[in-house]
Amino acid sequence: MKEILDRITPKYDLQDVSIKDDLQAYVVVEKKLAIDMVTYMRDYEGFSHFVLMSCVDWIEDNKLQLLYLLNNPEKKCVIGIKVFIDRENPSMQSAHHLWKQIWTYQRELREAFGIDFPGSPRIEENFVLEGWTDKPHMLRDFDTNKYAEETYFPRTGRSTNDPATYMRQKLYPNQPVTAKKNKDDE
Amino acid sequence: MSELDINDKVKEMLEKSAENAGSKNSEKTFVHPEDEEREVIAPDGSIIKVNPIYDYFSGKKPTEEKPSNGVVEKFLNWARSESIWVLGFGTGCGSIEIPPLMTPRFDAFRFGIQMRPTPRQSNAFIISGYLSVKTLKRVIRSYEQMPSPKYVLALGSCTINGGMYYDSYSTINRLDKYLPVDVYIAGCMPRPEALLAGFMKLKELIKEGKGEKANEYARNFDEYKANQKKIIKDWNMPDYNW
Repeated sequence: MKEILDRITPKYDLQDVSIKDDLQAYVVVEKKLAIDMVTYMRDYEGFSHFVLMSCVDWIEDNKLQLLYLLNNPEKKCVIGIKVFIDRENPSMQSAHHLWKQIWTYQRELREAFGIDFPGSPRIEENFVLEGWTDKPHMLRDFDTNKYAEETYFPRTGRSTNDPATYMRQKLYPNQPVTAKKNKDDE
Repeated sequence: MSELDINDKVKEMLEKSAENAGSKNSEKTFVHPEDEEREVIAPDGSIIKVNPIYDYFSGKKPTEEKPSNGVVEKFLNWARSESIWVLGFGTGCGSIEIPPLMTPRFDAFRFGIQMRPTPRQSNAFIISGYLSVKTLKRVIRSYEQMPSPKYVLALGSCTINGGMYYDSYSTINRLDKYLPVDVYIAGCMPRPEALLAGFMKLKELIKEGKGEKANEYARNFDEYKANQKKIIKDWNMPDYNW
C-alpha cells in the first residue's frame, strides 16, 4: 500500500492521504483528476474490483463528498478515492465506462442526492422512489419528519416512551433532568 | 352484432382514446412503455387504436350494493364468514407471520381461511406492516380488482399510526385514509395467534352484517381517491382498476 501511495501522491498532487492500516488507505483528489485517477488505479495499479460508490453530505462546508472504493484482489488492499463537489447544482463526470455497475450507483446518487452525471446511461429513470417531486431525500436539510407530517396523516395523540427517560423517572424521580431532552418528550 | 354496430363501437373507442390522450398530455405523466397508446390488429383484420390504461379497465366508479333482505342476507353473511380467501401479497415485514398460519401448528384452514394467488379469487386483503407509497399503489390496484364484498385486515402498528416509521418520507402513516379497514391487529409484529384472533373478529363482524366496507369505499370513493392521488404523484393507471 505504501509504495502505491508513494507512486500516486506526486502524480495526482494528493494533499490529504490517510493510511488506516497496511491494506487500507483513503485519499482526497481534485474533482477534475478524479476519474483520471480511478482509471489509472484500475489499469496500472491492479485495483480491478469496484466495491462501491457513495456520497456524504458535508452541509457545514457546503460540499458533497463522493467516494469511490476500489479493491486490489492480488494485494488484497483497498483504496478509497474521495472527491469534494459543490453542493449547489452538484455535477460530476460520469464513470459509467469503467464498470457497468456504476450505472446503477449513479442512478441512485442522482435520486438520493440530486447529483447529475451527464452521459450516464438510464440516469433519468427512477431508482427506488416513484414520481418523487420534492428535493432529494438524503440531503441533510431535507426534513423527513416535517415532510411526513405534511404529506401523510399523522395520528393525533401519538405518544412514545423513550426507554432512557422512562428508566430515569422510575429510578431517580427526585433528580432534575439534566440530560438533553428527547425530542418526543416535548 | 351487425357491422355497423362494430364500426360505431370502434369509432367510440377511438374518440375516447383521443379524449384521454388529450387530457394525458396536459400534465406530466409517467406512462410505462407497455401502457402507451398503440395500434393493434383485431381478429377481423381491422386496425384499432388501444390505450391500455383506459381501454383494458373499466373506468366506471364503483357502486354500492344493497344487502339482501332478512334471512337471505343472514345466510349469505354466514357463508361469507366461513370462507375467507386471503390475497397472498406480502406488503411489509408482517408477511413473514402469515406462512406459519398455514402450518399444522396454527392451521388456519380449519376456520375456512386460505391463501389465493390472485385478487380476482380473494375477498380478504392483509396489509402487513409498513406500507410505502410505492407499495400502496399496487395495493390499491389489487384491492380494486377484488370482487365485492371484500375485507381489509391491517396487521401491525405501522398501519395504525405509522409505527416506527412514522417520520419516514416514503411510508404512509394511517392506512384508513386510503382504504377502508375492517379489522386492526395491533402489535409489532403480531404473532399468528393475534392474526387468528383478528380473523375471528372479522368473522363476527361479517355475521353481524358489519362487513360493508366495500360499500363504504364506493360511497366515499372521491374522498379516498383524492387522498390516494395526493401522495401517488405518478398516477399512471385508471381511477378505478376493476
